[in-house]
Amino acid sequence: MRRTSLPAVVGLVTLSVGVLAGCTDNRPADAGDARSLDVVSTADGCELSATKAPAGNLRFSVRNDGSEVTEFYLLASDGLRIVAEIENIGPGLTRDLVVTAPEGDYVTACKPGMKGEGIRDDFAVTPSDEDVTASGDDKVLVDQANKNYAAYVQDQSAQLLDQTTRFVALYTAGKDDEARELYPVARQHWERIETVAESFGDLDPKMDAREADLEPGQRWTGWHLIEKDLWPQRAKGYEPLTRAERSTYADDLLANTQTLDDRVQDLTYSVDQIANGSRGLLDEVATGKVTGEEEYWSRTDLWDFQANVDGARVAFEGVQPIVEKNDEVLATQIAERFDALQALLDEHKDGDGFVAYDQLTTEQVKALSDAVNALSEPLSRLAAATV
Amino acid sequence: MGEERRGISRRGLIGGGAALGVGAAAVGFGAGRATAVETERAGAAAAYSLYGAHQPGIVTPVQDRLHFATFDVTTDSRAALVDMLRAWTDAAARMMHGDGAGPSGPTSGDYDAPPDDTGEAIDLPPSRLTLTFGFGASLFDDRFGLSGRRPAALDPLPHFPGDNLRPERSEGDLCVQACADDPQVAVHAIRNLARIGFGTVGMRWSQLGFGKTSTTIRDEATPRNLFGFKDGTMNVKSDDRDALADHVWVGEDADQPWMAGGSYLVARRITMTIETWDRQSLREQERVVGRTKSEGAPLSGGVERDQPDFERAGREGKPLVDPAAHVRIAHPDHNGGVQMLRRGYNLVDGSSDIGRMDAGLFFLAYVVDPTTHFVPVQMRLSTLDDMQEYVQHTGSGLFAIPPGVRRGEYVGQGLFSA
Repeated sequence: MRRTSLPAVVGLVTLSVGVLAGCTDNRPADAGDARSLDVVSTADGCELSATKAPAGNLRFSVRNDGSEVTEFYLLASDGLRIVAEIENIGPGLTRDLVVTAPEGDYVTACKPGMKGEGIRDDFAVTPSDEDVTASGDDKVLVDQANKNYAAYVQDQSAQLLDQTTRFVALYTAGKDDEARELYPVARQHWERIETVAESFGDLDPKMDAREADLEPGQRWTGWHLIEKDLWPQRAKGYEPLTRAERSTYADDLLANTQTLDDRVQDLTYSVDQIANGSRGLLDEVATGKVTGEEEYWSRTDLWDFQANVDGARVAFEGVQPIVEKNDEVLATQIAERFDALQALLDEHKDGDGFVAYDQLTTEQVKALSDAVNALSEPLSRLAAATV
Repeated sequence: MGEERRGISRRGLIGGGAALGVGAAAVGFGAGRATAVETERAGAAAAYSLYGAHQPGIVTPVQDRLHFATFDVTTDSRAALVDMLRAWTDAAARMMHGDGAGPSGPTSGDYDAPPDDTGEAIDLPPSRLTLTFGFGASLFDDRFGLSGRRPAALDPLPHFPGDNLRPERSEGDLCVQACADDPQVAVHAIRNLARIGFGTVGMRWSQLGFGKTSTTIRDEATPRNLFGFKDGTMNVKSDDRDALADHVWVGEDADQPWMAGGSYLVARRITMTIETWDRQSLREQERVVGRTKSEGAPLSGGVERDQPDFERAGREGKPLVDPAAHVRIAHPDHNGGVQMLRRGYNLVDGSSDIGRMDAGLFFLAYVVDPTTHFVPVQMRLSTLDDMQEYVQHTGSGLFAIPPGVRRGEYVGQGLFSA
């Protein structure tokens, strides 16, 4: 469950392959570095501090001195293929575009007003000692990654619907032992695609809100309400739900799960979203699972932990071929750290599942937290390495 | 991209754009001095160099603020550890210079990736930041093939009477001392080093200090600790070469050659029960310390920097400096002449669950050998010093501080090279 509501992002953003970077900055380019260039964009001008640079990591500091929003492009010599671009530079702002450029002829363009051909000029990247390889055409890999991830989300959603159907049947029938057994198993499918599910800002609070997350006046429904009813031991003076109440909440959860499943059928993804989703799932682990806050009543946090890691790993492996081309060291490091985290999680396996969170010692929680940090840090650079 | 590549230079920003390459304007002291002030610039804009015969942050004039952290290595890979030390060295050189932790800096680099610096030090001057790195005894086990390189002086400190050490505030495979005149600059340094270390090390504990309690400069007024007394009057001074050679720097004849030019750091988190202390009469407070509260003069007379006369008696023949006074128990004359270079900090970590201030002193002392220069002194203090009534040691760490870094090397390289 997200603690702050964010607008749905899935399926909205499209990024051109080849965009490497850009950012806000107010510092003049370094005069001593031939790879740092100043660009001044005005209503009728696009002035670069140099017309050439040695091959390597180039930084264009683009300052918008015009009165309209501008863009800056580095184009291939054909003037068509976009090598890198930086958009949405407001009047008065300076943004950096960082791009790894091999030797060759290029065209630069400022686009004040974000329309038309732009103000163009030739630009040369001269040979240098730096080992620079151009990023290839990843379109096939990108399409494959997007298709695979959509299929994964649909599959998990279908299993979630199936297991939730069984779970609410057991719960409403008063078969509490069986319901308790199925609870963490069913929720795995939610946790594996949690970042996607959360992007539906209307469904997430109805399905996955914890009692402590509720806003004044918000009615509590969903998984965690049922969790508390099944594991009331830590709740002082808890009044169990009646049969009728159980039915109401069970029907509500199932209906929302059906809605979720309907919606994911139409979702499409981009590789940076998949990559950011991978990081997002690890963020979920860091904020809610490793601290034992998510499953306060059932203490099944490690099941959720594992499911978040599963989902993050699938997302990473989906974009791995692209990242291996762009940044092999990063890809290797992430893969190794997934392994290390999984090895640590395996130590807490109990049969098909996991030991209860309250059986972990402080040292064991710290070791898990260290491993999450170790993985999350390179994972935070994954999205940038996919484009 | 090498270490020379810079992002935003904070020093450049505040210094009117006169940014210089890393160490480009180093005004070196004579050989044997630990640090070189990079520029003549005074005050907050001043920056120290990472490079030199000794690490910075030892004889460097004590800055106002501290963030000290220890880390445990979380990998078994020696290569990964060395890579991280290299990355720490590069980042330390940049940050001490006033630049970001990484080559791109806090507001540049790839727009779709997190910046390689966290940004809270943007627009802050270098603030005389120093970063000092050390190795704890636990690093010298079988994990990294270092067991044969463990100096004898890293033997664990004994239990001292009254110790109440908490493991989560003690020891660690590595330590980093960040000192700066601005607390945000010190915290920024530790935060960014921790971030670089993820996957190789995890933070074990850390401690903030908000006010220096010692000076290593002769002309500087002696600062006060939370007992309200001047502390460190007798401290080793940075221009006293003989004292540094005898009491602080490890010599060429060290049992482990990689430690030559290094030192040993003893860190002790000392809790003060200040509420009780504050109820003592001025007479009692001065008796316990052995000095006047106003000027810090020894109770035997004179001014602050005068040596105490432990024999001088008053009425009824009682010595003016009490037999159990802190200054008497700790004085070099009663400890075989040993001295420590202290650079401790006052601390207040909020309050306890029963409403007492969690206050005290984070004691940091650099010595040539803790077995001769710390253990016997602390044993005397723990058993004889009346000040023990008001303090409790709640954390402890002992670290080997390798010598200074030469350009192109990484900190502690001698330990890892054949």
